[in-house]
Amino acid sequence: MTAIARQRAVPTAVTRERRSRLPRALLHAFLISVSILWLFPLLWAIYQSFRPFTETAAAPVALPQTLTLDNYTNAFERMEGFKYFFNTIVIVVPAMAVVLLLACGIAFAVSRFSWRFNLALLMLFTAGNLLPPQVIITPLFRIYLALPLPEVLNDKGLWYDSYFGIAMIHIAFQLGFCTFVLSNYMKTLPKELVEAALVDGASVLRTFWQVILPLCRPPLAALATLQFTWMYNDFFWALVLMPTGAKRPVTSALNNLQGQFFSDTNLLAAGSVLIALPTLIVYFALQKQFVRGLTLGSTKG
Amino acid sequence: MTDRERPEPTTIQPVGRSVSRRTVIKGLAATGGLAATGGILAACSSGATPAPSTGGGETAAPSAGGESPAASAGGSITFGSNYSDDVPKNAMQAVVDAFTAKTGIEVAVNTVDHGSFQDQISSYLQGTPDDTFTWFAGYRMRFFAGQGLATDISDVWSEIGSNYSDAFKAASTGDDGKQYFIPFYNYPWVVIYRKSLFEEKGYSIPATWDDFKALGDRMKADGLVPLAFGDSDGWPAMGTFDILNMRLNGYDFHIGLMAGNEKWTDPKVASVFEKWRELLPYLQEGALGRTWQDAAQAMIGKQAGMYFLGTFAGEQASEADRPDLDFFPFPTLGTEFDSELGIDAPIDGFMVSKAPKNLEGAKEFMRFLATGEAQNIFLESSPNNVAAANDADTSAYTPFQQKMAEIIGGSGAIAQFLDRDTRPDFAGPNGMQGFLQNFINDPEQDLTAYLQTIQDFWDSLV
Amino acid sequence: MSSTPAPLPAAPGSTTRPRQRYSLLTRQDKLVLAVLVGIPTLIHVGLVWIPTIASVILSFSSWNGIGGLENIEWVGLENYQRLPSYPPFIPAVTHNLMWLGVFLLIATPLGIFLAVLLDKEIRGTRFYQSALYLPVVLSLAIVGFIWELQYAPEKGFINNVLGTTEQGNLIDWLGNRDLNMWAVLVAASWRHVGYIMLLYLAGLKSVDHTLREAASIDGASERQTFFRVVFPVLRPINIVILVITIIESLRAFDIVYVINRGLNGLELLSVLVTNNIIGEAQRIGFGSSIAVVLLLISVGPILVYLNRAMRDQPG
Repeated sequence: MTAIARQRAVPTAVTRERRSRLPRALLHAFLISVSILWLFPLLWAIYQSFRPFTETAAAPVALPQTLTLDNYTNAFERMEGFKYFFNTIVIVVPAMAVVLLLACGIAFAVSRFSWRFNLALLMLFTAGNLLPPQVIITPLFRIYLALPLPEVLNDKGLWYDSYFGIAMIHIAFQLGFCTFVLSNYMKTLPKELVEAALVDGASVLRTFWQVILPLCRPPLAALATLQFTWMYNDFFWALVLMPTGAKRPVTSALNNLQGQFFSDTNLLAAGSVLIALPTLIVYFALQKQFVRGLTLGSTKG
Repeated sequence: MTDRERPEPTTIQPVGRSVSRRTVIKGLAATGGLAATGGILAACSSGATPAPSTGGGETAAPSAGGESPAASAGGSITFGSNYSDDVPKNAMQAVVDAFTAKTGIEVAVNTVDHGSFQDQISSYLQGTPDDTFTWFAGYRMRFFAGQGLATDISDVWSEIGSNYSDAFKAASTGDDGKQYFIPFYNYPWVVIYRKSLFEEKGYSIPATWDDFKALGDRMKADGLVPLAFGDSDGWPAMGTFDILNMRLNGYDFHIGLMAGNEKWTDPKVASVFEKWRELLPYLQEGALGRTWQDAAQAMIGKQAGMYFLGTFAGEQASEADRPDLDFFPFPTLGTEFDSELGIDAPIDGFMVSKAPKNLEGAKEFMRFLATGEAQNIFLESSPNNVAAANDADTSAYTPFQQKMAEIIGGSGAIAQFLDRDTRPDFAGPNGMQGFLQNFINDPEQDLTAYLQTIQDFWDSLV
Repeated sequence: MSSTPAPLPAAPGSTTRPRQRYSLLTRQDKLVLAVLVGIPTLIHVGLVWIPTIASVILSFSSWNGIGGLENIEWVGLENYQRLPSYPPFIPAVTHNLMWLGVFLLIATPLGIFLAVLLDKEIRGTRFYQSALYLPVVLSLAIVGFIWELQYAPEKGFINNVLGTTEQGNLIDWLGNRDLNMWAVLVAASWRHVGYIMLLYLAGLKSVDHTLREAASIDGASERQTFFRVVFPVLRPINIVILVITIIESLRAFDIVYVINRGLNGLELLSVLVTNNIIGEAQRIGFGSSIAVVLLLISVGPILVYLNRAMRDQPG
């Protein structure tokens, strides 16, 4: 994509000539209105989050008389500080690391196997990735109730209601996408690199660690950004598989905070903004990675 | 789902909090004190009204005499709580602290938000439940007891039984005749209003259906919504069904219908919905998009004149507004069942899970919860319920509570609430919750077809 | 799941390289490779495919979830026979179809249209892209909350602007079942449009530029160029976007669940499955039969996708 974009940086004279001024102004007017329309709901939530409840109750749509941070301190307090954020981190960071590592491994390995096997495996992974989660949830729920886990990982000794269990289902589900992207990427790497390493007597494992992994840094960065956002935003798995409210990641915990916030829309707004903040920060800081992650499949070659 | 605070927050009590160093020390002191006196809180002898808890850990418990099971208990127990709203959560914590202070048994409280707790009760009880947990009387208790997911606490009942009326004992008894449940408090479903508004406008309490409608007309003329209403959670509308059915068709028919002995296609049921239609002009619009909390706010904010709900609606009022709240029973409908004064007054309480790690400690906790002392501590912080135990100190009741006790005591037919009196899968979101919302959305629909759908759904479950 | 991942197939014109096999591998190396393949496969198959198969098997059973497997009663096709008369089933199917219809006919075309506009070299394109794409990084649960602030009956933005907050003229956006699914679809589209826009924009960027120039020189209008030249060339991406749109419609869950747990006009198949297992009384068999319906509908688009994606795999 980058190469193409660069190539396109110089527009041709022909296209430029064909456009008159007026349509261009219309185009901007249209795009600006759409953008404002698109930003509005979020901006409104942010605005509400800074207004005191009494003011909103009196006049929901009005210019502010006072702006306050109280809703944030209040929401933060009721969410018991960083507790739910901490739960998210405990689940998302290891899951992200493991899924990327495993996906790299399998993407590397399948490139050593026959094409037929490779394809079958990729199809299995990709199809699994596309299933609606509700298709598997009922048996998964029973399986989680049956699978034991060392007490170190979960005081209840089960996959059910454990950070580990939630991380595992994220890994299982996201493996498909990561493998697909990484195997496509690896096919673009010069074969000579691996060959040379192997001829030099390096083991497969060493080749993987020292040659392949470093080369995969660009897609890994993009995938990490994307996986963080997806796993952070997940609502469903913890809703069903994590009954202990205190252990839920922040996105699922939000559902339980709703009742308390419901009559107080300002508090709800502040809570939503607080929870959206990490993904917004990641998005603004790593926008390029984010977009690349989603479109990686098309950039090879 | 009946229940109070349905859509509300998860606020989990960090296990560590209840085991602060201070409480540990207090607990140790208490154990010492208890060992010295040899007395143990157990059931109080009937009628005795113990002094309200003076708070000291060393206060000796009223003792039913006899052996001291707690001497061997000690240690710690776990407690799964659905008291997640601020008010009841703090109230429950006070009860737990008093128990720890008294017995030295540490209680690790695992608070789960009310809705999730109920949704997950089945997997919770089958998985690795806490030693003790909060639950409800009625069919819902008998169901889980019948599946072997609760511990029989008949032995505890033999000690505390005299502290409860027969009705409470019956509500705590499983299908096998054994007791599985400790009633803590209950609360009636009534019509709540603000005294100041009624005084200001010169309204009087309606006793009959016609009075009620006439009052509604006056309120409308005064620019008020007569009856606040919110059913976005699906269960509050069940209260309206229950009261209309009990008043029109009697308690026995209502309970029979809940148990599947009567048919939903019975014309008697259709008459309930026809009566409901008469109420519609007085109900707050947009009920399906409104939570009960918001509806309560409308009544408290004097946009609405009255609100038919459990008395827990009072939790929504500020400290300053609370004394201004009053209520009256739902009006009589002029049927032969008026004299029954049937009412929903759900009982909340506690159970012991099937294989508690600390059975003795769990039973000890049950004994404590069965005392008026424990119930008084809770009600002190959450005065929207009335205690279940005979020896609870009612002298400290607010007028609001005294009236609740009166209404419950005066009723000859107490139901638990639709979703506590029938199968959970029938009452759930895909069942009655959805059906009642369907009626509210389109009240003029053909009742024959509507009730046939409900009966078909029942038949598909059994 | 927040978004269907979208690995786009190979861009048109990408070259593939013939593959060679190596025989430099030691036995230990082969073991390492087997482990590298085996562990992820085990996790994926164990936690995704085995439950899928189990869903199918359990759909022929009746089980309230209490006790061990021995309590399962086999009832044949009974669960499926009961589906049509299960009150929320038909509404759920209808709503899933509505969801699909709105996405296919409005949200996805709008996303494509915006991508085409943004593909021109215009000032501020990064701003426009970011604004449109912003909702995509939010979780669907948060999207539900943000839109509740718009739709709330008395305090919501929309009713206050319209002046419809009073008894008598109140518009109950999320409670009225003739309206609420449409209101939810606006919120869902808000997010979906940005997603499609981004994917399509990437596709457009990969189109060989000379194609368009040639058409332009031949005197074709922009619209003609797009429909006759660009769109057909982008066929692979069109298919991917189609599949993503279908899958996203089937996965819809979070927004309606945070709004009212999928009751009262917001029934969806995914919610029915969930409500049959989380709840006081589990209906494992019956819930599974709804899951199987969801599975069967998903199989079609998944196969189309696989066919597309794998065809572009270099051999």
